[in-house]
Amino acid sequence: MSFEQITPIVMPKWGLSMREGRITKWHVEPGATITVGAEILDVETEKLAGAVEATDPGVFRRKVGECERVYPVKALIGIMAPIDVPDSVIDDYVAAYANPDEGSDDEAVESKYKVANLELGPIRYSVSGAGSQDVLLIHGFGGDVENWMFNIDALSEKYRVFTFDLPGHGESYKGIDDASVPGYAKAVLAFMTAVGIQSANLVGHSMGGAIALQMLASAPERVLSLTLIASAAIGTQINQSYLEGFARANSRKELKPCVEMLFADPALASRKLLDDLLKAKRMDGAQLALEKTIASFATDGAQQLILIHLIEGAARPVLAIHGRRDQIIPVEQSESLRHAKVAILEAPGHMPHVEAAREVNALILEHLSKVN
Amino acid sequence: MTNNPFPLDHDQLVASYRTMKTIREFEERLHVDFARGDIPGFVHLYAGEEAIATGIIAHLNDRDRFASTHRGHGHCIAKGVDVHEMMAEIHGKATGSCRGKGGSMHIADLSKGMMGANGILGAGAPLVCGAALASKRRGDGGVGITVFGDGAANQGTILESMNLAAAWKLPVIFVCENNGYAEATSVKHVTGSATYLERFNGFGISGALVDGSDFFAVYETAGELIRRAREGEGPFFLECKVNRFFGHFEGDAQTYRTKAELEDVRANHDCLKIFKSRVTEVGVVRDDEFIAVDKEVMDLIESSVQAAMAAPLPSPDDLLKDVYVSY
Amino acid sequence: MARIISMKLAINEAIDQEMTRDPDVIMMGEDIVGGSGGDGEMDAWGGVLGLTKGLYAKHGDRLLDTPLSESAYVGAAIGAATCGLRPIAELMFIDFMGVCFDQIFNQAAKFRYMFGGRAETPLVIRAMVGAGFRAAAQHSQMLTPIFTHIPGLKVICPSNAYDAKGLLIQAIRDNDPVIFCEHKNLYAHECDVPVESYAIPFGEANVVREGKDVTIVAYGLMVHRALEAAKKLEAKRIDCEVIDLRTLSPIDLDTVLESVRSTGRLVCVDEAHPRCSIASDISASVAQQAFGSLKAAIQMVTGPHCPVPFSPSLEDFYIPSADAICAAVERTLVLEVAE
Repeated sequence: MSFEQITPIVMPKWGLSMREGRITKWHVEPGATITVGAEILDVETEKLAGAVEATDPGVFRRKVGECERVYPVKALIGIMAPIDVPDSVIDDYVAAYANPDEGSDDEAVESKYKVANLELGPIRYSVSGAGSQDVLLIHGFGGDVENWMFNIDALSEKYRVFTFDLPGHGESYKGIDDASVPGYAKAVLAFMTAVGIQSANLVGHSMGGAIALQMLASAPERVLSLTLIASAAIGTQINQSYLEGFARANSRKELKPCVEMLFADPALASRKLLDDLLKAKRMDGAQLALEKTIASFATDGAQQLILIHLIEGAARPVLAIHGRRDQIIPVEQSESLRHAKVAILEAPGHMPHVEAAREVNALILEHLSKVN
Repeated sequence: MTNNPFPLDHDQLVASYRTMKTIREFEERLHVDFARGDIPGFVHLYAGEEAIATGIIAHLNDRDRFASTHRGHGHCIAKGVDVHEMMAEIHGKATGSCRGKGGSMHIADLSKGMMGANGILGAGAPLVCGAALASKRRGDGGVGITVFGDGAANQGTILESMNLAAAWKLPVIFVCENNGYAEATSVKHVTGSATYLERFNGFGISGALVDGSDFFAVYETAGELIRRAREGEGPFFLECKVNRFFGHFEGDAQTYRTKAELEDVRANHDCLKIFKSRVTEVGVVRDDEFIAVDKEVMDLIESSVQAAMAAPLPSPDDLLKDVYVSY
Repeated sequence: MARIISMKLAINEAIDQEMTRDPDVIMMGEDIVGGSGGDGEMDAWGGVLGLTKGLYAKHGDRLLDTPLSESAYVGAAIGAATCGLRPIAELMFIDFMGVCFDQIFNQAAKFRYMFGGRAETPLVIRAMVGAGFRAAAQHSQMLTPIFTHIPGLKVICPSNAYDAKGLLIQAIRDNDPVIFCEHKNLYAHECDVPVESYAIPFGEANVVREGKDVTIVAYGLMVHRALEAAKKLEAKRIDCEVIDLRTLSPIDLDTVLESVRSTGRLVCVDEAHPRCSIASDISASVAQQAFGSLKAAIQMVTGPHCPVPFSPSLEDFYIPSADAICAAVERTLVLEVAE
């Protein structure tokens, strides 16, 4: 008998820099029937934890990976196969499976990022997938490309997906003259031109949502649709102490309580996430860029730029997603939006695209499918 | 108008005397107070050597750098470190120039170019090479003076610094205060070359030898060497033969010197007496002017002692302060 | 942008970027350029192992080849630092500290304190440390504990290229005297290093591997040995947390204590000799401050109490191995097994 009927479950790749993951919990036992979307097991990476969901229906036959062990991306960790496939065939399959080489701890990360050289400096970005339309993912204050690690794969099945570090963030240039939302919007438009995006479906998170709205105001011909995730600029209130605490923090201890505020489950503020944030903040110029951004963005807990009217007049499809447990921007701001499709998710905090990735990906794909 | 044959004018002469007298009375007072048990720790007194500090430092400004020895009070006073603060420091008080943290051997005032007295013999020479290097790079015409005794002249740091300064042509003046004794041992016993000058010549450094109790000899020779060093001709060496009145440290009975020598030194090699007699002989400064300065100096010393005695000790909170700029 | 470079290049880049940014930064040392005064090429060496190669072309006479006079030129660097320059003095091997130690520990370390807070000595002394080069007893020591003992000095020992660049930039910007120790066997070690300048604050240890069962503390080359040991122990289902101290003075004891309070077990790894080492220092502090959390005696894995031997087989035996660390970890777990 051949291996045709066997469906391997492998360690997924979340985000461009993930190299390995640790299995923390199995949700199924051999013999269980699995439907599409069912959670099979939980995996923890250095940065975040998530669930591996079934992409095909079938019968779960074997746990290959063990709990609390680490496996490289694409390593075989489980088997699905029809019930009539004998165990001995599965044994043969497992034995024959060519696992990728385990990287040593000293092995450096091969960079899958590219660089776009704008007049003001370099922008780190990635592009994946293909499709009739482009999607541009815009992170928020203090974030970077990795924020979208759970979303890129799903969206790039149908679209050409771009993610990038905003100026002042991640590994993009740090010297910002104009750190206002309109200033950022200008830079993002320049980036689009530099990498050949004529127009795109904008997906913006938090301040990234404000930037997307501003781009609609200044260059509507470049915007196909808007997805606003826990967006800024649609209401006044914002958690100022989060912004300032984040900007000020210069150690893991100082940064942890701020980053914990982003998630409904504070455990998601992992050590690796904090370390990466600190590394970005320690680059010369990053601190100043963050401070300049706050100065123009918000004062005493009130956002300085409100663009809600753009949604109402837009003639672009708008999807607003917001987590009920958001401690940074109150959920009510999205909840009360008119002229937009509003999806309030009960579980997540300020990072629904991370905390409830599967739901968010599905919502976005559905929204985009209606854009022509 | 009296003819002034000296290279200093009337006011400069009075000022030089004032400096030397201040040093002398400062040291004499410490000698007395130490014997009474008022002074903690070690002090090394400069009495007898005042002309060297005064004659050299007269040519310096705050931009020039000076590294002193353990016997540093004279250099500090001549360089303009505040006398009250110095006395308080020697008493270990919080109002001292080093907030009581340094003591006699570590008095410093970097704002005046005074890089500190130093408890490690010969340690100042490399430091001054660095200061001179900084001046040379900046092109600001500053010089560095490193002073050491006949004993410390044999330290490796001095020899290495001599070579470094010569190789890099640094604006450094190496000054040896040769008082004939490396602590308790005669210089004849511990120095291989007959003179220090020939040693410096061997390293590629030219210089001069002067009588350290003759203020004018020191002043003129040092002035010439400093001028030339400012113009990039350095480094140079200046040996000043001199006598110290007191022991190596206070409490040293000086039994390694004969009584006759000690008496002769006070009688015939007192730079203040020599200065005064030369100047009054010509009539450029009058006796009564000197007497007036004497009184002001005594008042200054007395008030500095009173202030020091009354000043508070550092608090325990000061113990861990200033170990680092930030930690 | 990040790219993969060696620790050697990362150090070169740190010096280059700081010299470009701040005109007061100068450097001096033996053969840091090489060729000075001769008829051949300048920058003939760029340092005995080429660390400073290429800097002369960009910064010229801000790099000074010195006579073989550590006392004089380290002292000159110190003196210049008190006059507003920001010198980097290279002490080729930390083993040479003997000939200039007074300038370091009696002068530079003490100026600020002795002068009542009225002096600043923004100096960096870079020195090679560590064994494994077959360089024998006088060129292979890990003398870090001697410097951490001295109040007024800061002591840094990075384990990788990323940390080396960020910590050296911090050291050059720091206003206190810093002894920057570079493990000669890590110069070739490569990892992602941003092109831009960045500074890592002192006094922050890095948890390079999270784990639940035992805490392993190390610095320099020993961090890599500890990670090797952790990987081997994974197969035995022993989950190790590895902490890279990065800076030895100031030292981040809080991170160590937090970890020990969670794991209950501590192994201190240190290439230095066992008496009065960094390992014994940490062990004593943890025993004092987290005694109640300990499930087993603290273990130390250090170099032996002997000079570094020349013969390769002996030298390899001298340097603490991953297996020795594994054995130490397993000793902390013996109690549990016995129950």
